[in-house]
Amino acid sequence: MSGLVVKDLSVSHGAVQAVRNLSFAVAPGSLTAIIGANGAGKTTLLRALTGLKKAESGSAFWNDLSLLGAKPEGLVRAGVVHVADGKSVIPEFTVEENLDLGGLWRRGKKDVALAKSEILQLFPALTTRMKQHAATLSGGERQMVAIGRALMSRPKLLLLDEPSLGLAPKVIANIFDSLNQLRSEFGLTIALVEQNAMSALKVADHGVVINLGELVASGPASQLLADPALRAAYLGF
Amino acid sequence: MIRLISTLLIGLSSGAIYALMALALVLVWRSTRVVNFAQAGQAILSTYIGYEVIVHVNNYWLALPIAALAGAVIGALVDAILIRRLSQSTGPSAGIRPVIATLGLLGLISSIVGLIWGNDLKRIPTPVGTHGYTFGHTTIPFSPYNLLIVASAAIVMLLFAIVFQRTNLGLALRASAFAPETARLAGVRVDRTRTIGWAFAGAAGAIAGVMITPQNALSPNSMDLLLVLGFVAAVIGGLDSLIGAGLGGIVLGLGLALILEYVSTSLAFPAAFIVLILVLLVRPQGLLGKLRSRDA
Amino acid sequence: MHKVFALLRKRPVVFILAGIALYLLSNHVDELRNFQGATAAVYIVAIASIVLLTGYSGQISLGHGAIMAVGGYAAVLSQKYWHFNLLLTFVAAVLAAAVFGAILGFAAARLSGPYLAGTTLALAVGLPSLADQFHILGGEQGLPYNVPQPPASLGADFTQYHWFFWITGSAALLMVWATQNILGSRYGRQWRAMRSNPTTAALAGIHVGRSKVLAFTLSSGIAGLAGALFVLTLNLVTPSAFPLSLSFTIVTGAVLAGVGSLRGSIIGAVVLVAIPELSDSLATKLGGAERVSANLPGLITAVLLILTVLFFPEGPLRRRVKKIK
Repeated sequence: MSGLVVKDLSVSHGAVQAVRNLSFAVAPGSLTAIIGANGAGKTTLLRALTGLKKAESGSAFWNDLSLLGAKPEGLVRAGVVHVADGKSVIPEFTVEENLDLGGLWRRGKKDVALAKSEILQLFPALTTRMKQHAATLSGGERQMVAIGRALMSRPKLLLLDEPSLGLAPKVIANIFDSLNQLRSEFGLTIALVEQNAMSALKVADHGVVINLGELVASGPASQLLADPALRAAYLGF
Repeated sequence: MIRLISTLLIGLSSGAIYALMALALVLVWRSTRVVNFAQAGQAILSTYIGYEVIVHVNNYWLALPIAALAGAVIGALVDAILIRRLSQSTGPSAGIRPVIATLGLLGLISSIVGLIWGNDLKRIPTPVGTHGYTFGHTTIPFSPYNLLIVASAAIVMLLFAIVFQRTNLGLALRASAFAPETARLAGVRVDRTRTIGWAFAGAAGAIAGVMITPQNALSPNSMDLLLVLGFVAAVIGGLDSLIGAGLGGIVLGLGLALILEYVSTSLAFPAAFIVLILVLLVRPQGLLGKLRSRDA
Repeated sequence: MHKVFALLRKRPVVFILAGIALYLLSNHVDELRNFQGATAAVYIVAIASIVLLTGYSGQISLGHGAIMAVGGYAAVLSQKYWHFNLLLTFVAAVLAAAVFGAILGFAAARLSGPYLAGTTLALAVGLPSLADQFHILGGEQGLPYNVPQPPASLGADFTQYHWFFWITGSAALLMVWATQNILGSRYGRQWRAMRSNPTTAALAGIHVGRSKVLAFTLSSGIAGLAGALFVLTLNLVTPSAFPLSLSFTIVTGAVLAGVGSLRGSIIGAVVLVAIPELSDSLATKLGGAERVSANLPGLITAVLLILTVLFFPEGPLRRRVKKIK
C-alpha cells in the first residue's frame, strides 16, 4: 500500500502549463491538504488525476493503479473518487437521486443501502431533505450531498476540490470535521485541495503547497502552519 | 357531433404513431443531443425484418417484438459505431456534424434496404379488423386496428416513463444526458448508457414503423414522411420531454385531422407546418421544452 | 447605395476568365454535357445559398428546396401573367424568395438548432404541395416555363441545351461573384463571429437577431435564383420538382465540399452531377438490375457524405482540424 504517488507531473491548460513537474505523495489513511492560491493549478491537477484532462508527462499512481489516461468512471470502480467543484451534484435531481447516482454501478444492493444509511448518519441534515431538489439546498447541504454521493461508491481515495468554496466558516468546520471522521472511522485516504489554507491545514495530517503549478513546500501540517515565512508568502495569513 | 368525434378519433390514432416516432427522436436527443434523422432508416430496416418474419411465419404478433428487438440492436450499433466518434468532435461544425451524419446514414440504410428488397411496394396484413366500430346505425372511422395503435403507443410510453423515472437505469440515462461529466465522476458508464438510450429509441421507432405499415405500403422511403411528422411532433412537444413527445404527437394528430376535415382534405403537409409554426411562435421551445441558452 | 458598389468591386477578373473558359468549353461538348453543366450551375447557386446560411451564419435549413420552389414559381408566374422577359423573371425569383426568406428568417431567429431544422423540414414538405391546391399555380401538372430560342446570330447549330448552359452558367457566375463579395464583407465577418460565439458577438455590438434575418433573406434570394434556373432547365414548374430529397441533396452538396467554403460549392455541384452518371456506369457493370441502378446513386452519395463528415469535417479543401483537448 503506497498510497497516492505523483511524480514529475506536467499538465497544460490551453497554452499555459498549469502543473509543472509536480511530485508529491499522500500516505494511505492520511488526510493531506493541497493548498495554493487561485490559479495555482490545483483544479487542473485533480482533473488530470481523475481522467478529465490529459497530462503531458509524468506519472500518478494510486497503489498499483495508474491514474493518468484512465476514464473517470473506471477510476470510481477502482475506489478513486473525485468530488469536483460544480460537477458533483445535479441541481435538477433530488437529493436521493443524487446519492443513488453514486451507487448505481455497484452490484450489492444491500451494501448500497447500508452505505446510504451510513451517509445519513454522517450528515443527518439530509434525512429530511431526501425528496427535495438539490437546487433548493443551501451550499453546505449541497456539499454534504456531493460528499455523500462520493461515499456511495465506497471509495478508498477521495479527492476533494475546494469543498469550502462559498460556505460560511461554521459550515466549513462541520464539513471538515466529517472529513476527519471519514479518515479515522472509515480509513479513507483523503486529498483535500483548498484555497482556505488555515482550516485545511488544521484538519490535515500532511500538507502540500503549490504555487504556479510547482511544489513549494510539503511536510506535516502542523509544521507548515508554524512556519511564518511560508504563511506570509503563500498561505496568506 | 359524430363528425367531430370521428375526426378526433382519427387524429388520435395517427397522433399515436407520430408520438411513437417523436418518442424515439426525443430519447436520442435527450441522451446524446443529436437529432437522429436515421431513425427513419432504422425503423424501415426493422420493419422490413418484421416483414420477413411475416412472410415466413405469417404471425404479426411475432413480427412486432422481433422488429422491436431488431430496432434496438440497430440503434445500439449506430450509436456505438458512428455517433460516439462524432460526439467528441470540436471545431465550428461540431454541432452540425452528427446531424449530417444521421442524414447520410438515412440515405445509406434506405439504399441498402432498396438493394436487398427492391423498391416495389410490399404489404403487411393487419392483425385485427380494420372496419370501424359500429354503434347502432353509425360507423365511426375507428377500427380495432386503430385501437391497437393507440393502445400500443400508450403502453410503450408508459413503459418508458416508468423506466426513466423509477428505475436505476432511468436515473443513469437521465444523468448521462443531463450532466455527463458529473455522471462519469459518479461512476456511470456514460457511453454505454447512451447506447442503451439509442437501443430504446430504435425499438420505439421500429414499433411505430410496424404499426403504421399495414395502413400504407412498405417501401425503402415510406417512412421518410413519418420521420418529418414525428420530428414536427417532437418539436411541438419540446425536445426535452418524453411526455412532450406524446403530447406533441397528439396535438399534431388532432390538429392535422381537424384541418383536413374542416378546412380542406388536401392540405396535409402545409397543415403540419402551420400547426408547428403556431406552436413555436408562442413557445419557441415547444410546449414542454425548457428554455435554455442557445448553446445548450 | 455606395455600400453596394463597394461590395461589388472585388475580383471580377477571376469570374470573367472562368466565364470565357466555360464558354469555350461548352462549344466542344455534346448535348448531355451541356445539360449537366446547366444542372451543375443550378446546384452551385443552391449550394452557395447554404454556404452563406449554414457555413457562415450557422443556421441550418433543411427546406431550401421549398425556397427554390418559391423562386421557380415566381419566375414562371411573372412570365405568364406579367410577360416578363427572362432576365426580369430571374429578378422576380430572387426578390420573391428573398421576401419569403425574410419572413421565415424572423421566425427562424427565435429558434435554435433542432427546432429550426424541424421547421424548415416541415416547410420542405409542406410548401411545394400547396401548389397542388391552387389552380392559379397550375396544380399538380404545373405550369410551363418558356425559354426563348437562342438568338439567330449564334448560328443554326446552337442547341437549346447549349443555350441553357450559357444562361445558367452566366447567372451562376454572377451570383457566385456577388456572394463572394457579400461573404467577404463585414456582414460575412459578423456572421462568422455570430456562429462561433453568439454571446461574444452580441457583446461586441453585433445585433445577432438582425444579422440572422439578413443571412436568411440573402440566402433565400440566392436560392430563389437557383430555383428559377432549375425551372429553366426543366422548362416547367411543378410541385413534384421540389421533393424533400432536393433539400437534402443541396445540404449534402454543401457539406461534401465544406459547408464554409464558397469555392467548395463548385466541387459539391460537380460531385452531385457526377454521382448519377458514375453510378449508372457502375450499375451497368454490375449487371444492370433495376434495384441496383435505382439505389446505387443514393448509396454512393450517402457513403461520401458519411466519410466526409467523419474525416473531413471542414471539407476536403481544408486540412483536418487538430483536436485540442
